[in-house]
Amino acid sequence: MLDDFMVRAALAGLGVAVAAAPLGCFVVWRRFAYIGDATAHAAILGVALSLAFGVSVFAGVLLIALSVAVLLTGLSGRSLGSDALLGVIAHSGLALGLVSVSFLPNARVDLMGYLVGDILAVSRGDLVVIWLGAAVVVALVVWRWQALLATTLSADMAQAAGLSPKKEQLILTVALAVTVAVAIKVVGALLIAALLIIPAAAARPVSRTPETMAVMATAVGSCAALGGLLLSFALDTPTGPTIVTVAAAIFALTQGLSVASGRG
Amino acid sequence: MPGLSVTDMQPLIETRDLTLAYHGNVVLRDVTLSLMPGEIVTIVGPNGSGKSSLMRALIGALAPTGGKVTRKKGLKIGYVPQSLTIDATLPLTVSRFLNLPRRVSAARIDDALQAAGVPSVGAQQMIGLSGGQFQRVLLARALLERPDILILDEATQGLDQPGAARFYQQIEAVRQETGCAVLMVSHDLHVVMAASDRVLCVNGHVCCEGTPETVASAPEYRALFGTGTQGALALYRHEHSHSHGPDCDHSHEAAE
Repeated sequence: MLDDFMVRAALAGLGVAVAAAPLGCFVVWRRFAYIGDATAHAAILGVALSLAFGVSVFAGVLLIALSVAVLLTGLSGRSLGSDALLGVIAHSGLALGLVSVSFLPNARVDLMGYLVGDILAVSRGDLVVIWLGAAVVVALVVWRWQALLATTLSADMAQAAGLSPKKEQLILTVALAVTVAVAIKVVGALLIAALLIIPAAAARPVSRTPETMAVMATAVGSCAALGGLLLSFALDTPTGPTIVTVAAAIFALTQGLSVASGRG
Repeated sequence: MPGLSVTDMQPLIETRDLTLAYHGNVVLRDVTLSLMPGEIVTIVGPNGSGKSSLMRALIGALAPTGGKVTRKKGLKIGYVPQSLTIDATLPLTVSRFLNLPRRVSAARIDDALQAAGVPSVGAQQMIGLSGGQFQRVLLARALLERPDILILDEATQGLDQPGAARFYQQIEAVRQETGCAVLMVSHDLHVVMAASDRVLCVNGHVCCEGTPETVASAPEYRALFGTGTQGALALYRHEHSHSHGPDCDHSHEAAE
């Protein structure tokens, strides 16, 4: 069964959706959308370094994504005015990655795959990495769910209750970096943040508690991954962008429904 | 406090020569205080006087620049923040909120909502509550921790005067019932000070402290809050460069 590239692609898409959706809820609640985007863009530098040194792309991206995410969350905690600085780091990483790859003549084509994703080229080995990564992210989020929610609401209130907001922050940062590392081959660096944010945003109007929102976001992400894959096959369109387009359509649908029912 | 001898009890929270700074600017210096079980202590002071920084240092959210904060081992703090911004993207019912950070039984949630004076809001969304209901839900959540000390940082912000008065009556009822200590920061001097065992007047440092009567008649307090009755109406006319007695020669440059 795993010999069929469509089956592998579907499993890869599902793995990424399962990791990204619950984490994406926190990204949305904490207004971290830009940090997710910036980490994913800078991860291209990780791809370039991996290709240059001939190490696993997953490891290179994980390393760079982790460093950048730690740096960015540290900066954002300090002051809200660091917006420009986030942009500088994100786009420097992206640009530096693109420039360094131009010195490696054989790597240019590969790099394009990581910018927009190449889900149809996912191998069995990639599948193992994606699902292991997704399992780590889901385990972290489920394990720390209560503490993450409490610190999201108020760091001071969580601190008074004996939690460590810094530790919970670090856990989200690690989960974000792992998600970027497993998603980069599937949807590409440019659209990873879309898979974090859009399913969560689409789930919001149909949810009354944080838990239902996380479950609904996972459902939306999975539908988008499978629907996008089938649609891109039928219409011969690029798969990553098609998945995001389907997610956006579901978002429009739930928003429309909530406005129509007077809740929006 | 009636019926209890304060001297033989261990303080809940103690500070020694506590100095706090943001980005290198000292906002509060040399604060030495101890909070005893069961007492109601109020901190008053103008905006920017370092009151909120002091609260944050006491709960451990702000590391001291100098001196130290000691919390009793196993101390349970019920913290009611000045405000809580819940992002509109976060769906959260009152019951779900009260289950943070620890899950509690539905019966205890009902009790806490009852004690805080909002018995029937459990199924509502947090962002749909009125200002008064919201603050009372924050109080209910703090009570669920079964705290040794309740810390309220300007918890009546956004409430009108009768609302604030009712809120403080609730706090006193809670203290009566549970015996927990209460530390409040407040602007509502006339309401709050009367109910306090001890008042600290803060402006970059502790200007004066003592019983509500002592503080209300202290020259340092009058310099900050005016000489009107209880200082309540003179609140917004305080002077920042007040003078102290001859034995007190600090400056107030660091405070604002």
